[in-house]
Amino acid sequence: MSEVKKIATRESYGNALVELAKEHDNLYVLDADLAAATKTGIFKAAYPDRHIDCGIQEADMVGIAAGMATTGKVPFCSSFAMFAAGRAYEQVRNSVAYPHLNVKIGATHAGISVGEDGATHQCLEDLSLMRTIPGMVVINPADDIEAKAAVKAAYEYDGPVYLRFGRLAVPVINDNADYKFEIGKGLVLREGTDVSIIATGLEVNFALEAAEMLAKDGINAEVVNIHTIKPIDRELILKTAEKTGLVVTVEEHSIYGGLGSAVAEVLSEEMPTVVKRIGVNDTFGESGPAVELLHKYKLDGEGVYQQIREFLNQE
Amino acid sequence: MTDLELQKNAIKVRQGIIEGVHAAKSGHPGGSLSAADVLTYLYFEEMNIDPKNPMKPDRDRLVLSKGHAAPALYSALANRGYFPVEDLSTLRHVGSYLQGHPSYGHIPGVDAASGSLGQGISVAVGMALSGKLTKESYRVYTILGDGELQEGQVWEAAMFAGSKKLDNLVVIVDNNGLQIDGPVDEVDSPYPITDKFKAFKFHVIEVADGNDMSLLRKAFDEAREVKGQPTAIVMKTVKGKGVSFMENQVGWHGKAPNDEQYEAAMAELKKAEEA
Repeated sequence: MSEVKKIATRESYGNALVELAKEHDNLYVLDADLAAATKTGIFKAAYPDRHIDCGIQEADMVGIAAGMATTGKVPFCSSFAMFAAGRAYEQVRNSVAYPHLNVKIGATHAGISVGEDGATHQCLEDLSLMRTIPGMVVINPADDIEAKAAVKAAYEYDGPVYLRFGRLAVPVINDNADYKFEIGKGLVLREGTDVSIIATGLEVNFALEAAEMLAKDGINAEVVNIHTIKPIDRELILKTAEKTGLVVTVEEHSIYGGLGSAVAEVLSEEMPTVVKRIGVNDTFGESGPAVELLHKYKLDGEGVYQQIREFLNQE
Repeated sequence: MTDLELQKNAIKVRQGIIEGVHAAKSGHPGGSLSAADVLTYLYFEEMNIDPKNPMKPDRDRLVLSKGHAAPALYSALANRGYFPVEDLSTLRHVGSYLQGHPSYGHIPGVDAASGSLGQGISVAVGMALSGKLTKESYRVYTILGDGELQEGQVWEAAMFAGSKKLDNLVVIVDNNGLQIDGPVDEVDSPYPITDKFKAFKFHVIEVADGNDMSLLRKAFDEAREVKGQPTAIVMKTVKGKGVSFMENQVGWHGKAPNDEQYEAAMAELKKAEEA
């Protein structure tokens, strides 16, 4: 295998905004003093007149975006997931989602792969928070290609969208010619019959790695990429669960409220299936290099593989 | 419109407030009545609006950041012709479009969802910024309570508006002096309000009586002339204004009149109308 190309999805976000802005005059980008980190600095350099730095005030930034949206502009609000979904939660709910305004939230630095900054900056609750808001679309792309496609789809969708991006450079896995992004439609990346691994975000790649390791043990795993947490792809989840009868979910998020919960909700209502949720197990993160943290929290390929083996041994 | 005509309309707006809150058996009459005059002035005199075309793109915008005064906003809109005055008695009822706090997209003339205090001013700032970015002619008005000034987000929004020199924005403070738990200066004093907005680079206009049309006219005329900075109109008002037994009574912040009190309030407003 040749050298795998790696790009952080926050970088894809900045690049996609520049591309979109070429065609769309009404696209604006808002930041809260983190343009360098959210990679919207790329946009700021290309379109300084359409970039608004609000300063360190995420709540106000979200309200400003809401006001702009009522006048027909399409604002992308950028900050770390912790502040966009956490601090400004109620502004997202009441100022943006309740009036169903066309505001996009670009939340970077999600999960423990933030790394050295530690627990205060490692948001593990955003999917849960955003998913419960009526009318909110929640997308967690897996790689550069998916992230860029998601930004474009979010722009084209009329209504609030939460986009989750990461700080860590991740391998490009969707570089196949027939790749197609559609909000709410998951993708089967590997066919299998013994267990379904349903993953999201940067965990999709680790799920594929785990599936390879399982194959060496004679276990044939199916890998499903669920990039849209809401609306969730019920049909695909039911289809893969019916096929394998065992489901594992993998996300760089609390095991409460995110992908695992969403999948369990679908299955418990329509096709009761044992679901093993792999994620961050009701704990805060900590400082350290991202790759080491993912290893420690058993969220890298090897960790996911081990957790699935344990689960399969119990079942 | 003359000051006298505006006053007559403000009485009609007050009647609509009492009608709505009584029919809802809940709501916020005190802060609605204190803001009744300024809302009347804005919708009947100041703002470029068209009740027949509520969403016209170049309209002036109003965000009622103190969204609990929704009965006053709805009554002003209804009396201005946006929707039937009779509908005010459906306020807060299941299935009514007149929600307890302003909602967006369902009520003709309402420019933003508001009511979670501190958030409306940011939305207004966003509208004003948007107008500046693409050189629109509209102006943006937002009404805040004095208790609302305790919300940190108000000062985030004020800092941004001052920093970006949004001279198409007018922030109005309804300084009626009372909040749910008591006098504002006892609960968590927002004073000095004027100096605070000056420090945030606003042109500040103090209005000694925000229930007086001639003083409101002077203030809004002055605000129109301000260039290069946003304006704050800090107006002293009487909570419960126009219904004598509700005036300056903290207990009437969020309580509906019973049938007897309703009759007394409406009789007093009828008398004022005929005077």
